[in-house]
Amino acid sequence: MTKVNVDVHQVTRVEGHGNIVLNASNGTIEELRWEVPESPRLFEAMLRGRYYEDVPIIASRICGICSISHSTASIQATEAAFGIQPSEQTLLLRKLLFNAETLESHVLHAYFLAAPDFLGAGSVFPLVETHKEAVVRALRLKKLAYNLAELLAGRKTHPISCMVGGFAKLPDPDGLKAMRGRLEDALPDLDATVELFKTLSIPDFVRETEYIALTDPAEYAFISGGVASSDAGVTPADRYLEVTNEFCVPHSTAKYTKNKRDSYMVGALARFNINHGQLLPLASKAAGDLGLSAPCHNPFMITVAQVVECVHAAEDSLRIIDELLSRGLKEEANEVKPKAGRGVGVVEAPRGILFHDYTYDENGIMTRANCVIPTNQNHNNIQKDMEGLVPVILSRPEDEIRLTLEMLVRAYDPCISCSAHMLKVSFK
Amino acid sequence: MKPKVAFFDFTCCEGCQLDSLNLDAGQVLDLLAAVDIVNFREVKTEREDNYDIAFVEGSISRESEIPRLQAIRDQAKVVVALGACACIGGVNCLKNHLPMDEALRIVYGDDAKYYDTIPARPIDAVVPVDYYVRGCPINTNELLKVVKALLLGKKPEIPNYPVCVECKMAGNVCVFERGMTCLGPVTRAGCDAICVTGGRYCWGCRGLVDDPNIDSEKDILQKYGLTVEQVVEKFKIYNSYAEVLK
Repeated sequence: MTKVNVDVHQVTRVEGHGNIVLNASNGTIEELRWEVPESPRLFEAMLRGRYYEDVPIIASRICGICSISHSTASIQATEAAFGIQPSEQTLLLRKLLFNAETLESHVLHAYFLAAPDFLGAGSVFPLVETHKEAVVRALRLKKLAYNLAELLAGRKTHPISCMVGGFAKLPDPDGLKAMRGRLEDALPDLDATVELFKTLSIPDFVRETEYIALTDPAEYAFISGGVASSDAGVTPADRYLEVTNEFCVPHSTAKYTKNKRDSYMVGALARFNINHGQLLPLASKAAGDLGLSAPCHNPFMITVAQVVECVHAAEDSLRIIDELLSRGLKEEANEVKPKAGRGVGVVEAPRGILFHDYTYDENGIMTRANCVIPTNQNHNNIQKDMEGLVPVILSRPEDEIRLTLEMLVRAYDPCISCSAHMLKVSFK
Repeated sequence: MKPKVAFFDFTCCEGCQLDSLNLDAGQVLDLLAAVDIVNFREVKTEREDNYDIAFVEGSISRESEIPRLQAIRDQAKVVVALGACACIGGVNCLKNHLPMDEALRIVYGDDAKYYDTIPARPIDAVVPVDYYVRGCPINTNELLKVVKALLLGKKPEIPNYPVCVECKMAGNVCVFERGMTCLGPVTRAGCDAICVTGGRYCWGCRGLVDDPNIDSEKDILQKYGLTVEQVVEKFKIYNSYAEVLK
């Protein structure tokens, strides 16, 4: 009798806590679960009764990795509720800030969390000896992205200057020029990143699913547009509940979602599958070099799509800085008048589409909040991928099965600390 | 022998431990030459439970977290609280103002029975803590200072004066003069007044100085037109757990 028991308590190199449970005997799967036991933080309960000005500050603390995404989704939800249309300058600065987060988060995931599996290491630390150049390059790219965010918002983790209505402080034009130079200088590092990921052998596993991402006719969307599904077309952002359909499961503090099929995928690969035609030229070329073409149904390729988006983020940042410098930065009034109502903010966090949905009273005090976080939307898809993958690899040695399942989870770059905060709250 | 260092996380956003990697490449390499990082789930698969210094991030908000933290305390010679959630409870404690079953019910509805949660608290409410690296998130330079002091066997010096001191040195116009309110006068410095420099005001994420002049702060806030209730709401964001509010 052949028994396979894989019990990975707290998958490492992911943000937050998740477990993999697999029990099989004689080729029959008895138990296969992706569990999310993260401590519930009850964020929406924390937001209750808060003044609008403090809301993005608290909402940002949902996640230390994608705090710019949470802060921006929060700001945009509040603006939508108050009927505020941010200025063009504000939108350019927000996009630039987003590029910083996308680049930093993807570099962290691709190099530090995912790459060690492909290079036969348990973490990035032994790679300091064996692949020092790559580690130093990754740290350099992370620092660049961090400094870009710092220039725009005071810091990257829990940004300061971005707020409802605009920016409390504008970046110094000389700082933007210097940053432009550093971004140009970083292009060879991005080329080298593409070269490195070209050499990694990505597991060959295909399972088609539904792909969901923000889409905007104007550009490869991060902070504007509607909710696109590969199965069902575009839904306006404020009707997102028709797409997410959340439900609870006993083995997870995170809520799960589904739309047209059993599950759907969000994140870099979903964005690529939906919006690949809008990638900027260098990013488009990088996709070609990496053998990524749409539609791609291999979840292990999420990391490769992230590398492509790193190139896009740098390229787009150069474009935005040029535009900001040629327009000239202007102090703006940022007037905010609270009013009663509901607003939805939607952005593409590094890990996928993120919704904040707020209701305020006439004094700008929050009465109801709902946040739907990307990783939650992926949990169900991770489960379905495991159900598709395990029968294919079940005859392999237990260690290899374990590693392959861990690599699958890591490919999604799950941010579980986020996902357990996504909760629906109705205050009565 | 290089000291063995471990990182642990409880209820939090994990931003502080990731910010601790946010150094220049040279600094990271120097640090790795000086210590052995033996346990760091977020970036490392291999684990070793024999460590000297434990950095602990996050608040305690579940029964199951209490024995886990106690085991860390039993093992480590030095326990350092990393970030506002571990040091003062931070934003997690905002939920404590609601009855726990009500908070769970409004979040999870009829499924609330699946979830285990207790009022959030800082880690020193459960075990003794040797040092604190404050802030939401931490200041990476301050973390480096603390690590250097620990490696030299010295006591890390953390400011015990208010943010106003650093804010003045940064050359900022006082937030009150700009018509906004600020918790800088009672909040422990060490952040270089980064939020005021960024055009905003202080939310008190580093916790209060040892002898905060709360009455005077309340007076100032009220002088600028806030009610006591509004003032307390501002304090609550990070400092709900502090006795001073009770």
